[in-house]
This record gives sequence, structure tokens and C-alpha cells, in this order.
Amino acid sequence: MTVWTDIGEADSIPPLGSRVVRSQRGDIAIFRTSDDQYFALDDRCPHRGGPLSQGIVHGRRVTCPLHNFVIELESGRAVAPDEGCAHRHEVRVVAGKLQLAVAEPVKVAP
Amino acid sequence: MLDQVRKPRLVVIGNGMAGMRTIEHLLERAPDLYDITVFGSEPHANYNRILLSPVLAGEKGLDEIVLNPLSWYAQNNIKLRKGETVAMIDRRTREVVTADGLRAPYDKLLIATGSNPIVLPVPGKDLPGVIGYRDIHDVNRMLEAAQRYKSAVVIGGGLLGLEAANGLMKQGMDVTVVHLVETLMERQLDADAGALLRASLEARGLKFKMPAKTEAILGTERVTGVRFADGEEISADLVVMAVGIRPNFELAKKAGLHCERGIVVSDTMQTFDGDIYAVGECVQHRRLTYGLVAPLFEQAKVCANHLALKGFARYEGSQVSTKLKVTGIDLFSAGDFAAGEGREEIVLRDVGAGVYKRLVLKQNKLIGAVLYGDTADGAWYFQLLREGADVSQMRDRLMFGEAQESKAGAGGNKVAAMADSAEICGCNGVCKGTIVKAIAEKKLFTVEDVRAHTKASASCGSCTGLVEQLLASTVGDYSEAPKVKPMCGCTSHPHDDVRRTIVEQQLKSIPEVMKRLDWSTPDGCHSCRPALNYYLVAAWPGEYRDDPQSRFINERVHANIQRDGTFSVVPRMWGGVTTPDELRAIADVADKFKIPTVKVTGGQRIDLLGVKKEDLPAVWADLNSAGMVSGAAYAKGLRTVKTCVGTEWCRFGTQDSTGLGIRIEKFMWGSWTPAKVKMGVSGCPRNCAEATCKDVGIICVDSGYEIQFAGAAGLHIKGTELLTKVASEDECLEIVVALTQLYREQGRYLERMYKWCDRVGLDAIRKAVVDDLPRRKALFARFAYSQQFAQVDPWRERARPGPARAEFAPLAELELA
Repeated sequence: MTVWTDIGEADSIPPLGSRVVRSQRGDIAIFRTSDDQYFALDDRCPHRGGPLSQGIVHGRRVTCPLHNFVIELESGRAVAPDEGCAHRHEVRVVAGKLQLAVAEPVKVAP
Repeated sequence: MLDQVRKPRLVVIGNGMAGMRTIEHLLERAPDLYDITVFGSEPHANYNRILLSPVLAGEKGLDEIVLNPLSWYAQNNIKLRKGETVAMIDRRTREVVTADGLRAPYDKLLIATGSNPIVLPVPGKDLPGVIGYRDIHDVNRMLEAAQRYKSAVVIGGGLLGLEAANGLMKQGMDVTVVHLVETLMERQLDADAGALLRASLEARGLKFKMPAKTEAILGTERVTGVRFADGEEISADLVVMAVGIRPNFELAKKAGLHCERGIVVSDTMQTFDGDIYAVGECVQHRRLTYGLVAPLFEQAKVCANHLALKGFARYEGSQVSTKLKVTGIDLFSAGDFAAGEGREEIVLRDVGAGVYKRLVLKQNKLIGAVLYGDTADGAWYFQLLREGADVSQMRDRLMFGEAQESKAGAGGNKVAAMADSAEICGCNGVCKGTIVKAIAEKKLFTVEDVRAHTKASASCGSCTGLVEQLLASTVGDYSEAPKVKPMCGCTSHPHDDVRRTIVEQQLKSIPEVMKRLDWSTPDGCHSCRPALNYYLVAAWPGEYRDDPQSRFINERVHANIQRDGTFSVVPRMWGGVTTPDELRAIADVADKFKIPTVKVTGGQRIDLLGVKKEDLPAVWADLNSAGMVSGAAYAKGLRTVKTCVGTEWCRFGTQDSTGLGIRIEKFMWGSWTPAKVKMGVSGCPRNCAEATCKDVGIICVDSGYEIQFAGAAGLHIKGTELLTKVASEDECLEIVVALTQLYREQGRYLERMYKWCDRVGLDAIRKAVVDDLPRRKALFARFAYSQQFAQVDPWRERARPGPARAEFAPLAELELA
């Protein structure tokens, strides 16, 4: 079952900006695009763990501030030819409020 | 019947490099736009024609040079009709007709028919055993002949002829090269380099007959020899004609398209029929035809852009360079190297070592280069050439290459001789083997491709030359050679165009600029947005509202991001001078916020490392209340003014260097510049402040102040250039400020001062800020005006509660089950 949690006003993130939500499992970055779409990813670049929330948002992508890895906001995947994936979460806007549904990280078999 | 929307049909005539490169770009830009059919008269998938010579020489197999395997066509839903020759274009019914009479309709047509080898109109030209050198079929025939016969004559001492001759010799044949004029490769080489090349090829066993005009090819059943105009005859079992290529435009001409020496196309690669495009060796663009691969690839990019209905790219012609692909012979040529009025030459000739280099200059610009024996700097010269850079400042070192010009770290090594485990890119730890493997497996062609796939040369870029050499030695010369580089992948406009347009059209926001200049992306990328933001800040002080989302994180939060996501904080210490109170305040902040590392920087300041983002505003508030402001250690702007103690303390000091440094820093702090600016003021020529490797450095002497600039001590190490010497502190400040303002107005984003100086020339800069007094005053005034908006401590703004502070706090804290 999807559990939605209020995380704040949609307008508290500027267009092409990002803010962080703290959790015990690590930070989650919430992004806003220029056409007011919101996306949520674990705040860790698959490359060297850089904080994606501190990157520049462009189109439906964010560029990691550490080594310019470009990540697709919708899927969390690195733009080819780079490889890797940042874990994604559901986020929605209800009456001007942002709601987040934290997804379990996918367990990778050893 | 289903009323299905039919995709427009794109038919391509010619399954070669230019045509398929266009399709590849088209698929990237508009994957599902067309229903694509490709006709190729050869029974193969698209292969790399440049690598035919290594195949002939037995260094590569056929399968190694395939660019697009059959599976690629299938994956992309492209109908490949190989082995089918198009015999006619019917423009009225919009169909192409094959030699077998089959018709295929098109909505858009792309002609990429390439070129044909020129066949000399001499008796015997049609005899068995006489062949051209153009495709796999020719190579196979040559390989077959090499098995059965002994002696070969290659007519033509140009690039292709020599490669063919070398290949046949490697296959065990006895080869004579016949050339019409006295110099081999006369279109690329001058007489001296041609002679060196000839000697080196002779030492390998090739024979030459030149100058010599072929009069007839002898034989009845099969070729037996060649007769020349001087009456001499030599015997031959195989004759290869490699005297040049001729654009293949017969089909287009028959269809009524305007052709001269090729199919005439516009800057969007359209023929006189707007639905018919043409690219590659078959076209004539602005009166030129091209036979090298780099221009074809540029054309392909533009053509694809237009076919994808984007329509903003234009092809404006290419500069070309050439490398000879004969293993063991290093030869590079680019540009125009004929002697002439107003041209100067720099020549290095070392016959013993087999090295010859000739650089041709005109009006302080490099316009041509011929390198023989040592081509390591070819890429660098080519770059200077196509950028039209002013080389007057490096003229005395130009001949000795980029390594001499200032390069630190790896460089100059012959990359071919390096082991696979040798590290090429020190920043990202990429070794030669990894790069070569990626180039071969992923079919990479350009430095950008290699950067994207391996990260080699993606950071500091100082190994770019090595990567280019690896590309050249692995796949051949693909160096793309646009005359001017666009800002980034979002636009076809170079930096200078964008800047000029911003001012001329009074564009005052990033979206306005993108709209006016047809950006291909909705809001740019991490590379162009910060550049545009700077150009707007510089053009409209006080008017433009800085866009924080277009700033790199460091400039957005006024601290330097570290590898673990924490930040470092550097307060300003004017001229490197501090007080016990400031030091106590710094110590207190370090204690209070448990800052793990406190370090002294190279710019005479103190760095607090490991500060959490949410602590930044409180750290700043404490530093602010002790009287300190941001040191801008993160900024593309004024960083430090390093000083020595000068007359106040030093027994050698000639002027108050500390005081002058502080005065400059207090006047200039807060200003944004294209790249970081570091300054230094030394109180005497002993130069304890190391001013002569700074962007701007002042050396005090007894009679006044020497103003130096354009130094560097990072990726590149470069001593400063002397701008001028002045008698007073006031004049010194005025010139330093005017110089910085000129750099602010002319420098391209991320172009350090020394690179700007290389590009525009020391003389032009000196004229503007030293000689031309009214201009100096005007530059000074513009800088001073913009400072009233720039000298706001960013820390104070954010230490206070308010919107600027919101970014630092988390949006929410989540309790997870």
C-alpha cells in the first residue's frame, strides 16, 4: 500500500530547484522542473554518491555537482553512456502541498 | 480501411559514411519521424572507408572496419536494400527507380553517392589488371592480384596512392609509384617534407618515378606495363589508378538538380529541390568539395538537424587536416602553407632525426602547418589554426609545441609507444588500454565520444591531445573541425555570438536569450546556463536579476562542496592580514560547529572544512559578527590578493605592497569574472608574494609598480606578461581595474585570463587599458558602476532569516516505519 506523507508547500521549492527531505534511510531529494513537475530520488549519485539535490536541474534531468553525471529525474537512471541508477520515489502535489511516498529500496541478491 | 497516419518516407541513396552518419544523428534527434529506406550499390553494410588502407596492408580485417552491422539497420527499422543501384530519380512522381526498374516513393530524399576514382583517359585504361582504389571490391582485387603477381605500378603520389602502394608492398609486391609532379602529396606537403617522405618510403622498398606523365597502359589480354611520355616503359602486372576522386553526381544531374563540380547545396545541405538533400563527397558547398571525413560528419550533423525539423544548424564550411595512414610514418598537414605575400614561416629541419616542421603565420595567426616525423602537436596546431588565435605571444616557443608552451603533467610522449596500462587521464584514472578498447568496441569517433564513454579528458582536459592521438591511431583521423565551437550541445552558437546578441538585442533574461537564439533544449544544461547567467550579470549590472538555479552549487550557496557533500568556508582576509580577534572568532566557530579540519590556504587565508550545509548560515552569522565577509573562494570572481609585507616591515621592501593589495581587494571584491581571478602584490623583485604566476600580479620597484598579468600556476604553469609600469598607486589601481573589466567583457565563460590574453593578444589589451586613456577611464567607470550592486556580502544576506536562507534547511524530516 502506498503511504503518502506531507512534506511541505509545493512553492517552497523554486522552479529548476531542489530541496532535501531527511529520513533514517538517508536524504531524499525533491526536484521541481521548469514546467512544475516534481520528482523524488535518493540524494546519492550512483557514480560517487554526490548529493544530487545540489545539482543543476535542466529539462527532466539533474547534473550531479561532483563529477557532472547526468541523471534522468523520471527514472533515476544515468544518461547513457554513463551507467547507474538512483533510487526513485513517488511524489505528488495535492492542493499546493507536496506529498511523498517512500519506496522500499530494491533488494539486490548477493 | 484503417485511416492510419503514414509516416513521411525518407529514402537515402548511398549506404556510405556520410549518409549513415546523417541517419544516426537523425535517429538521435527524432527517432520515429521517418520511414527510412537505404539503397547501397555495394553488397555490404556501411564500413569505414578510411580504414581500407590498413585492410590492404593486412593490419586489419574486414570485419573490424564495419560501422553499422546489418543488425543496426534492423534494430532501427531501416530497410536496407544493399546491392541495389538507383538508376534514376523521378522528381515529378517523387520516386527513385532502381537499375532493375523497381520504384520506391519518397517524401524526402537524401543523396549521398560519394565519389568515383578518376580514371586517366589513356590507351589501355580498361585492360584487366587496371583498377581504381575506392571500395572493398577494389581492395579485394588488389589482395588477389598480390597473391598471383609480382610487380605493381601505382599512378598517383597523393594520400590514397601512397597508402595503396604501401599496402601492396606489405602484401609482397614490388611497387613503383608514378607521380606527375616533383613533390609527393603536393596538396598537403611542401617540397622539403615531400622529399623526407620519399626518402623514408624508399628506405622501406618503394620505388618512385617522378615527375612522370603516363602515356599508355600496355598489354593485350591483361596489363603488362606502363609507358611514359619520355618513352620509358616499365613492366607491371597490376596498375592502380589513384590520381584523385570526382564527386559522383550523375544521378542528381540527370534529375535536373543544379550541379557544378558537385551537387550544389545550401548551408542546410539542401539541393535546389527543397525536398532533396545531399551530403558527403558528392556535394559542392560554397564552391568547395570535400574528400576528407571530418567535413562530411559536420555536414551530416547539419543535415540531420534539418531533416529532424529543427532547422537551426548551418554548415559554414570546414578547415581540414590530413594524416597519412602508413604505419611508422608520422605526417600531419593542415591549412594553407604556400609561401606568399605577408606570410612568415618558422621551420625546424633535422634530417638526421627525420623531423621536419613548418609553420606558416600571417598577421600573427597560424594559417598552415606541416609536420613530419613528430606529429604530437598536430592537434594543438590545428586548434590554434581553426580558432584563429593570436600567436604573437608564444611565437618564440610555438615550434616546440604545446608542452613547451606551458603544459604541466603528461604530454609530448608518443602515445603509440605507451603501454596499455599507461595512465592517459590522471584526473579520472583512465589508462590507454581502456580507451583503445572503448574506441574499438563502442565505435567511437570523436574526443567527445571518448569523454562520454570513458571520462578520459573529461575533467581538466590536459590529456585531450593524447586522446586525439589514440583516436587517430585506432580509427583514423576523425577530428571534427568546426571553425568555431558552439557553447554546448544546446545551441549551435559560439560564446562570442551569444554575448554580442545579448548586448545588441538587449536580452535581459536566460529564457529570452534561449528563445532568441533557438536553444534546442527547454532550459539549457549545466554547461550553458551558468555561462548565460554570467554574460547577463556582466552586461546588465543592477538590472539583471541573478538566477541562483543557473549557478553551480558553490556559487549558489557561497561555499565549496566537498567530496562527502559537506562544504568548506573561507572568510576574506584582506591582503592576507588578520588579527587576534578574527583568529579567535574562527577558532570559536570551529569549536562550536565541530568543524573537523582547519587549514591554511595557498591564498593566505584560513579554510574551515567539513561544514554541514544546514550549519552554513549560523557559521556565517558568527563570522560576520566578528567583522569577516565571504572570501569568495568558490567564485568565478575575485578570489585573493596575496601580498608580502613590503616597506612596513621588510628591509628590502620598496613600496607598501600590503597596503596596495588591501586597497585593490577592497575595491574589487564581489565582482564576477569569466573564471576565477587571483592577484598578488610583491614589495620588491624578490617577489615573495609569487605575483608572477597570478592572473594579475604587481611587482613594486623603487620607481613605481610593474603591472603583470596572464600568469597561471594550475593545470598550466605560465609566467605573467608585463603589461606596463606606472609611477603611482592610483594609476596602478586604475589599470588593474580597467584590465579586469576588459576581461569581464571579452572573456568567454571559464576562460582564464591567460587564455583570453592568448586569444585576443597582449598588444590589443595594452592598447585598450594602457595607451588609450579615455577607454581606460570608461572601463574603470563601468567596473566601478557594477560594483555598487556586486559588493553585497552574500553571507550576511543568507545568515539573516529570509527567502535566501530557506535552501539550507531540509524541507521535512521523515519518520519511517
